[in-house]
Amino acid sequence: MISFVLRRLATMAVTLLLISCLVFIIIKLPPGDFLTNQIAELRAQGGEAAAAKAAFLIKQYGLDRPVWEQYLAWLGVWPGPNGFSGLLQGNWGWSFEYDRPVNEVVGDALWLTLAINIAVVIFVHIVSIPIAIYSAARQYSWGDYLATLLGYLGLAIPNFLLALVLLYYMNRWFGISIGGLYDPKYATAPWDWDKFKSLLQHMIVPTLVIGLSGTAAMIRRMRANLLDELGKQYYVTAKAKGLPPTRALLKYPFRMALNPFVADIGHILPGLVSGSILVSLVMSLPTVGPILLAALRSQDQFLAAFILMFVAVLTVVGMLISDLLLAWLDPRIRMGAR
Amino acid sequence: MSTTPTMNLPSTPRGESKTPHFVDTAPFDPGASEPTANEDERYLRASALTLIWWKFRRHRLAVISALVLVALYASLPFVELIAPYGLTKRNGDFLYAPPQTLRIFHDGGLHRPFVYPYSFTFNEETFTRDYKVDVSRPQPIRFFCPGEPYRFWGLFDASFHLVCPPKDGTMFLLGTDRLGRDMFSRIIYGARISLTVGLVGIAVSFALGLFFGGLAGYLGGWVDNVIQRLIEILRSLPELPLWLALSAALPANWSPLLVFFGITIILGLLDWPGLARAVRSKLLALREEDYVKAAELMGASRSRVIGRHLIPNFMSHLIASATLSIPSMILGETALSFLGLGLRPPITSWGVLLNEAQNLAAVNLYPWLLAPIIPVVIVVLAFNFMGDGLRDAADPYH
Repeated sequence: MISFVLRRLATMAVTLLLISCLVFIIIKLPPGDFLTNQIAELRAQGGEAAAAKAAFLIKQYGLDRPVWEQYLAWLGVWPGPNGFSGLLQGNWGWSFEYDRPVNEVVGDALWLTLAINIAVVIFVHIVSIPIAIYSAARQYSWGDYLATLLGYLGLAIPNFLLALVLLYYMNRWFGISIGGLYDPKYATAPWDWDKFKSLLQHMIVPTLVIGLSGTAAMIRRMRANLLDELGKQYYVTAKAKGLPPTRALLKYPFRMALNPFVADIGHILPGLVSGSILVSLVMSLPTVGPILLAALRSQDQFLAAFILMFVAVLTVVGMLISDLLLAWLDPRIRMGAR
Repeated sequence: MSTTPTMNLPSTPRGESKTPHFVDTAPFDPGASEPTANEDERYLRASALTLIWWKFRRHRLAVISALVLVALYASLPFVELIAPYGLTKRNGDFLYAPPQTLRIFHDGGLHRPFVYPYSFTFNEETFTRDYKVDVSRPQPIRFFCPGEPYRFWGLFDASFHLVCPPKDGTMFLLGTDRLGRDMFSRIIYGARISLTVGLVGIAVSFALGLFFGGLAGYLGGWVDNVIQRLIEILRSLPELPLWLALSAALPANWSPLLVFFGITIILGLLDWPGLARAVRSKLLALREEDYVKAAELMGASRSRVIGRHLIPNFMSHLIASATLSIPSMILGETALSFLGLGLRPPITSWGVLLNEAQNLAAVNLYPWLLAPIIPVVIVVLAFNFMGDGLRDAADPYH
């Protein structure tokens, strides 16, 4: 088990390294970012002070160095102008738009993004397992058809629009304030029970909307897995020997079908994170989504790069957890057999 | 197997005394050696394509979806004829007009299709736009009529429409937007872009998937390893933030048409890993099949085995999985344009239309601005159902 975990950690490190490379390329891609604009402006101003400041900026951000050196310095494995100071050292860069360090700009948004995504993963599992068991056990019943139909709709309706419409009706029917993660009156209040309650209320719509397509996919796959198992002889034998149907179902086929299910957490995670970004944009949730969009629009490169990295780390670590869970559940994977 | 120069048996592929690929030109009648019943005969002799068609035909929902899609795509060249209004035609007197219902009953009697006219008043107390429907004057709509002039395919001027608004009247079946443009017509025009995005994007992703998947499955070894890792990395990344970043990277001075191609290529660039993985696993699995071994033993060259035996066999699978990934591209374009980072006016897609419905005021006051969602859902569902049917039918021998 330990060697499996170590191997998996090593793969993750390599993956993250490659992703950081990809992110840096994407961020450097657009011609004319915030920084070059600023330098061009300073140069146009003329004068001693402006020229000195432009020179300082070029030096500070290593614009006179080759791109790979800039990348390594950003990562923190190459000495920049201030020695080793990059992502690995916890220096996430400078946001030019806000004129503050990136970690101050993103701040709480990181935790809220994490909280929403964990809530959605839990929601998807709580909802899809019982529905999938029901659908498989009562194949071709009305309930099964209903679940299938809902699943297809979840697949086809763009979640940003669903968010918009649900938001409106939640406000109209239940009086929950529009947008944000808690009522505006708690904005500056310290965390107490009321604020937490307001947070929970506001989490309902985002969780529902982000989780819908994931739930649909989960139900479909879990149902198919379970149906495969239900056709097998051990289940027929168990029933023939007089085991009550529910127990026969939950004790053997369900446990077998659970395996690919755990592996699926890794598959649906990128989709969920994508969805959470999109839905936060529509619902103006204080997650990293709106900050990312603004940063991309104004080409605030280090801010955008950090958020892209954060989102990637979120999915990659999530996949690691799902793999470890799977290894813990299934000795065949732990032992390295295929 | 030992081979001697006198025996007319093919040697192992690496042997020096390789005999040329042998194909018997004499007519072959499989029925002669093993006579079969007539019904079985028909089945056994059917080509793979026929078998796929027979199997697909049984999937009723898939067939209906396919028909819907064919009808939609076939109508794309003729949107100018189908849409009652032009793409940019503004009706200044009817801003944010609600949808008019198409009716056939007037005053208790059957009537040819008509709409009731309405007039606009601005309510100064509530600051809302009120449209008063006049139910006494039915205005019949016209068919096959001269209407708003347009330039057909950029070749010649025409003014023929399938449906036109009534004389001196209006026909806004899905209401109008903030400039008084007819939503129904704009949705029809938007289909042209929204539906092509999926096809162009899938063409890009198909080419990339075939190339990388083929390389991985064919060469194996370290190339396979590298491509596998690349696929894993791309699949573990959330798509939307990357789409956002890449489309933000498109130069702002590009023309809308260039942006359109840029966006479709971006959508395709991130989609290929799924297809590449399918190609690779299919290549590896099919390589072990008996008929491939038979072809190899008969001395077929590698390119012949791949081109004649492998590709036709996994192409059906590939087309099925490609069909299943078109919807995600259409939804992706819709999301990007909705956020304002995708296509830009004057290019009109369903996502661009939905961009107008971005705020809650739209949902509250002008819910018909959300209408473009209906075709999106229909198209996405149709592609999913058709893809499911194709996937089930793709392997007729199992």
